[in-house]
Amino acid sequence: MNELTRETLVLNMGPHHPSTHGVLRLIVELEGELVLGTEPVIGYLHTGFEKEMETRTYHQNIVFPPRIEYLATMIEEHAYVLAVEKLLGIRPPARAEVIRIMMAELSRIASHLVWLGTSAVDVNVSSLLMYCFNDRERILDILEMVSGQRMMHGYMRIGGLQWDLPDGFEQAVRAVIDDMPGRLEEYERLLGDNLIWRKRTEGIAVLNADDALRYGCTGPVLRGSGVGYDVRRAFPYGGYDEYEFEVPLGRAGDAYDRYLVRMEEMRQSCRIIRQALERLEPGPVLVDDRKVALPPRRELVRSMEAVIHQFKLVSEGIRPPVGEVYSAVESPRGEKGYYIVSDGSNRPSRVRVRSASFNNLQALPVMVFRNQVADIVVAIASIDIVLGDVDR
Amino acid sequence: MTEPVAEALARALAGLVEGEVRALDEITLLIPGERIVEALELAKARGFVLLSDLTAVDRHPEEPRFEVVYLLTSIEPPARIRLKVRVVSSEQVVPTAVPVFAGANWLEREVYDMFGIRFAEHPDLKRILMPDDWEGYPLRKDFPLVEEPVQFFGHVPKVPSEIIPKTPRPS
Repeated sequence: MNELTRETLVLNMGPHHPSTHGVLRLIVELEGELVLGTEPVIGYLHTGFEKEMETRTYHQNIVFPPRIEYLATMIEEHAYVLAVEKLLGIRPPARAEVIRIMMAELSRIASHLVWLGTSAVDVNVSSLLMYCFNDRERILDILEMVSGQRMMHGYMRIGGLQWDLPDGFEQAVRAVIDDMPGRLEEYERLLGDNLIWRKRTEGIAVLNADDALRYGCTGPVLRGSGVGYDVRRAFPYGGYDEYEFEVPLGRAGDAYDRYLVRMEEMRQSCRIIRQALERLEPGPVLVDDRKVALPPRRELVRSMEAVIHQFKLVSEGIRPPVGEVYSAVESPRGEKGYYIVSDGSNRPSRVRVRSASFNNLQALPVMVFRNQVADIVVAIASIDIVLGDVDR
Repeated sequence: MTEPVAEALARALAGLVEGEVRALDEITLLIPGERIVEALELAKARGFVLLSDLTAVDRHPEEPRFEVVYLLTSIEPPARIRLKVRVVSSEQVVPTAVPVFAGANWLEREVYDMFGIRFAEHPDLKRILMPDDWEGYPLRKDFPLVEEPVQFFGHVPKVPSEIIPKTPRPS
């Protein structure tokens, strides 16, 4: 409040602002440089995915998840197919599970690299962005090699995967994950010893554990505040219970701790991928259930039954039993869950996307209360929101 | 296998519960609307500290038409439970969960925005994802979904759902 006029200033940030990582509008109430209140206004990227998914078959819907959250695409597909598989009561073959986990962890590293580069740019450490994008591109090259697409893969299938890994996959992955720890060390030297980075993140955008829980925050935002909740550990899915990894925790709950948590998570992801490579045994990558998964092409020329199954699956789709299911995965931003209600027909009667960014963004006003205006940018970067995920 | 903590909570809530569904290792408890805050408080006191999700389902044309779904998570030990409130029509209001879980604020706004279900004593119940002047509630089953008409010649807007028609479960 201005001492003379007793007035505060209301400032409108966004919706188009380079540092808000998307289309996000903030109505900020200021007393000089201090933030007294923040009201995020969202919905600019709302595309009605949930409604769309009600009108398509379960298989057709696989294309939507990576478009909802476009930085960790494989993890999104994983989340959706796991929910449908739980509804159907099937489990994909072992090889498919191992490959899925590798894909998910590669996606996690790629997503965290985007976060690292962009949040460094937000506080004017501009040299890091291109290094991070360079590394991310190497991962996207691998994903392209596997699925044919850099980003919107559509690689996972209900009951397994589209096809097996290509030749040369293992060498390509090993090359990346062997390089990664050294690269991360370089980035940490760039940032950890950087006075600007430390001053701009330490003690900034603090969220204590109670507030984080009250607002339903998950992922690095919650773990940065010291609460050890990781869906991979608490509710293991898709075979994660067989892997060794640590869940890094922060203490202070500030932007710097969230940075530390994410850096360590990338190392742990490399560790999981290494274990997955060891576990990779030859075998099928799609379930042998003709009511769920398409028959192999070679059967189509020999078996009338296979042709009928193919036709029914393509023209009608699968019909899970009546019921409802919630299944969640740990995305780079937190708990990403799918709540699917089936009425027994070939289309879901309700698909609810529980997005981590939505809940995490809700805690923003608490984080930036009585911080400086410039710290709002740091806070948004440290939450690592994807507006497509917030607005769905 | 349902988690023992979730079982214990289901027993503790037995006095409030109208119905119980167990399927796919998940417990769902039906709670009367006026007692939902009480149930949420009890759950929170028993360790279900995270309101993972709050959403709604439109069961049109079945009655009661709407269900408000609360998904609660216990972190240590890990467990999940789902509470449900049946809502007959948009005339019926549901008590807000914001005093128990602050995070319910935006989630309830989204339910209001998409389904038109109102929450009593919500601090700021207004649209969140749709524009403020939007008419109708998009996730209701009777809200039509069609392609937007465009300015090209010879373009007939089609209903996406008609690409593969809906087929019910064989009885």
